[in-house]
Amino acid sequence: MTVASLPASAAETPIRLRLRRPRHPFATAIMLAVAALVAMPVAGLIAIAADGDADIWGHLLAYVLAPAFVDTALLLAGVAVVTVLTGVGTAWLVTAFEFPGRNALLWLLPLPLAIPTYIVAYVYVDLLDAWGPVQVLLRGVTGWTSPAQYWFPSVRSLGGAILLMGFVLYPYVHLAARAMFQTQNAALVEIARTMGARPWRVARDVTLPLARPAIVAGLTLVLLEALNDIGLCEYLGVRTLTMSIFTTWLNRGSLPGAAQIALMLLLLVAALIGIERHARRSRRYATGDASPPPARTRLTGGGAFLAATACLLPVALGFLVPLAYLVEQAVSRTLLFGLDRDLVRHAATTVVLAALATLATLVLGLALVSATRLLRRPYAQVCLSVAGLGYAIPGTVLALGLLSPLIAIDQTFDRLVSALTGSGVGLLLAGTGAAVVIAYVVRFLAIVIGLANAAFGRISTDLDDAARSAGARPGTVVLSIHAPLARAALAGAALLVFVDCLKELPATLLLRPLNVETLSTYLYQFATRGSFEDGAVAALLIVLAGILPVIHIVKLADAPHRLGKTADDGAGRHRAP
Amino acid sequence: MTPELRAPRLRFVLTFAACAAVLPSVAAAQSGDVNVYTYREQKLIQPLFDAFTKDTGIKVNVISASSGLEQRMKSEGASSPADLLLTVDIGRLEDAVRAGVSQPIKSAALDQVVTPQYRDPEGHWYAISMRARVVYASKDRVAQNAITYEELADPKWKGKICIRSGQHMYNNALFAAMVAKHGEAKAEEWLRGLKANLAQKPSGGDRETARDVAAGKCDLGIGNTYYWALMMNSNPAQKPWAEATKVILPTFQGGGTHVNVSGVVLAKHAPNPANAMKLIEWLVGEKAQHIYADINYEYPIRAGIAINPTIAGYGALKADSLPLSKIAGNAKTAATLVDKVGFDN
Repeated sequence: MTVASLPASAAETPIRLRLRRPRHPFATAIMLAVAALVAMPVAGLIAIAADGDADIWGHLLAYVLAPAFVDTALLLAGVAVVTVLTGVGTAWLVTAFEFPGRNALLWLLPLPLAIPTYIVAYVYVDLLDAWGPVQVLLRGVTGWTSPAQYWFPSVRSLGGAILLMGFVLYPYVHLAARAMFQTQNAALVEIARTMGARPWRVARDVTLPLARPAIVAGLTLVLLEALNDIGLCEYLGVRTLTMSIFTTWLNRGSLPGAAQIALMLLLLVAALIGIERHARRSRRYATGDASPPPARTRLTGGGAFLAATACLLPVALGFLVPLAYLVEQAVSRTLLFGLDRDLVRHAATTVVLAALATLATLVLGLALVSATRLLRRPYAQVCLSVAGLGYAIPGTVLALGLLSPLIAIDQTFDRLVSALTGSGVGLLLAGTGAAVVIAYVVRFLAIVIGLANAAFGRISTDLDDAARSAGARPGTVVLSIHAPLARAALAGAALLVFVDCLKELPATLLLRPLNVETLSTYLYQFATRGSFEDGAVAALLIVLAGILPVIHIVKLADAPHRLGKTADDGAGRHRAP
Repeated sequence: MTPELRAPRLRFVLTFAACAAVLPSVAAAQSGDVNVYTYREQKLIQPLFDAFTKDTGIKVNVISASSGLEQRMKSEGASSPADLLLTVDIGRLEDAVRAGVSQPIKSAALDQVVTPQYRDPEGHWYAISMRARVVYASKDRVAQNAITYEELADPKWKGKICIRSGQHMYNNALFAAMVAKHGEAKAEEWLRGLKANLAQKPSGGDRETARDVAAGKCDLGIGNTYYWALMMNSNPAQKPWAEATKVILPTFQGGGTHVNVSGVVLAKHAPNPANAMKLIEWLVGEKAQHIYADINYEYPIRAGIAINPTIAGYGALKADSLPLSKIAGNAKTAATLVDKVGFDN
């Protein structure tokens, strides 16, 4: 315990006995390879951007960037507030307290993730617009005959976009924070409690500061998701910077100009992430031991009711209402009778692609974060940052950037094979589902890196040193110390990646092979025609495919510690329903 | 290492193996088929392809996307499996030609069916079906049954018009036609007038526009012909939106109604050019044109095909005579003007 409070890492205060740090060529190779994978579409994008001149910028500066920047900033700020309050608040409630309904809420709270953002937008516009049931009821009660006679808040507005995105995206923050709260050091909390601190004070002074890197990691994902959104923003009439990428490309016919804007945004995002890292560079979050989490406080009466309500509200808004709407559409329009039999095939394709990508992302992300930790050198941090860039590029733009490099690899390989065997293999990556899986990995690696890095920061490097001096190889340290200690975070990351893959649309649309549909591309064709409700069954299948892993992973993440010396007291154990 | 730790990893490995076994089935495309890249929704065109396969025995493989297919074809180069690109919107057809992924089509049969206004002078694209951008007017609050596009900027409609984003391709083409008709300065003035008449910030799609008119948020909405027919005929919940509105086919002053097209491009590196030509010619044939008219509610490109009764109910379409290539040539100016007048703000 005492060693944990030593300042700074071993890199800054080397133990005198160690004269030279080992080189670890294998770790270095993994790190560079993963960073190169993500750098590939960025390089493709730079090549596209360099293909044109900068003549769009005069127009953009004069008419587009200022209003788009204001809208984007307001959107991101609003979504940040909603998701942090909701995500951290609910995570704290379910980890610090015991209250009726908590077990169900554990797996309900991440579920808004399973519904594509643009679908949630369609649902709420349908429900709350002038023709929707809410306003019809209002007019029925008041006797008003036309919506012109009263004011009603419009979903199709910046405020509407903030709230809807907030209630759909909070699970990123929630899962990241929850993983940290679950593994927090019981001793620190107990000390604070012994000294008379009330629960919220413990949260403010102990739990929250220690979870900061994880909360930031989750929030970063939320903000990048919001920044890169197209469907919801276009539908609700919010003009973000990302929208200007698409109008520059499609209406002004300048793909190079669009790539330039995308790269500018990427630089901006990288700078913001860098500033945040810099702000907490000197802090340390390792708490040294692997004791079981503190026992939860049992709430009764009003407190229990308030806690349950506070957790149920975001679940209801972000998940239950859209779900009920989709079920209602599927049933009332008897979509189930004329069910498209191809849907089963599409569902299988979707799950296979998502599972492969999740596995690859998890393995590569874990390898990368471990390699960075092992190497403890500045360039390792650079590789880690590069590998997280995929999430900062809109999906379609990422796919465009991937096309040329992937096809170049394919064509080289094809020539090689034809030279050797006399017959070519065609587009091995770009012509198969491999391109889609690669795009998913590149895009969602940031999730694993963010969450794993935050969780690993919790684990004192003294543990590594102890294991290594006892003769353990680096791989063993990762698999038998880091991974088990960070299992809540890794499980959360796997869940986020899987569900994100299930509903990924723009890159899948552009990169998938002939005759292949995923649930989300299948659903999209109804949405482009303005009749998304005809795709209600596909949307429900996405939700269904998302729910099963949520339940499984929540169970896995909440299982008792494997490294703790003391057995779990049972309070932290539960069975998912 | 504990056994518990090993078990989930074993499961992972097994799952991975199972997935890897399924993956090859994800790849497709045999030679002797025809491969189509399309911006049209698959649900919409699948009935056409099914009928084509039944007629000819040629299998159709499809990728449908919302943008970027020209870039994909360009990157794939000579290895591209694409034989055809099907698009909506004239701007997209011209984009494909500019990206260099097309080749000229030479077919007397096509030239006979598709009039010169609806094909590229050099044969790089041919239109297959048409739709008009029209006005959905409130039955209760709008008495007139004719209107010009120019009149939409008249201050008498102040606060009474609903429309989706000015950067959406359907509006982009309409605004580009206005630029082609009246010049940039006049078009800008018109766009400012239209902006001043909007009841709300542009958002949603054409169906939401109709719904807003029906609900009384505005009196006039701008939308495509087929959306109204779809609301009327294929979704009982949306039927009241159509019933509360009437479709007026507007005209340009001294001209006709703004028409946009869906069209086809023959890929430069088409691996199955003969089958591709068969499909293109089949698509403008009588059977396909009836499907376009009756299932998709579009105007057939082929003369002598019966227009769907709902669409025919709008009145006789007098399509504007402006060549489509002129409209595509002004798309960029139109997009710039939309930003300049802050149309979407």
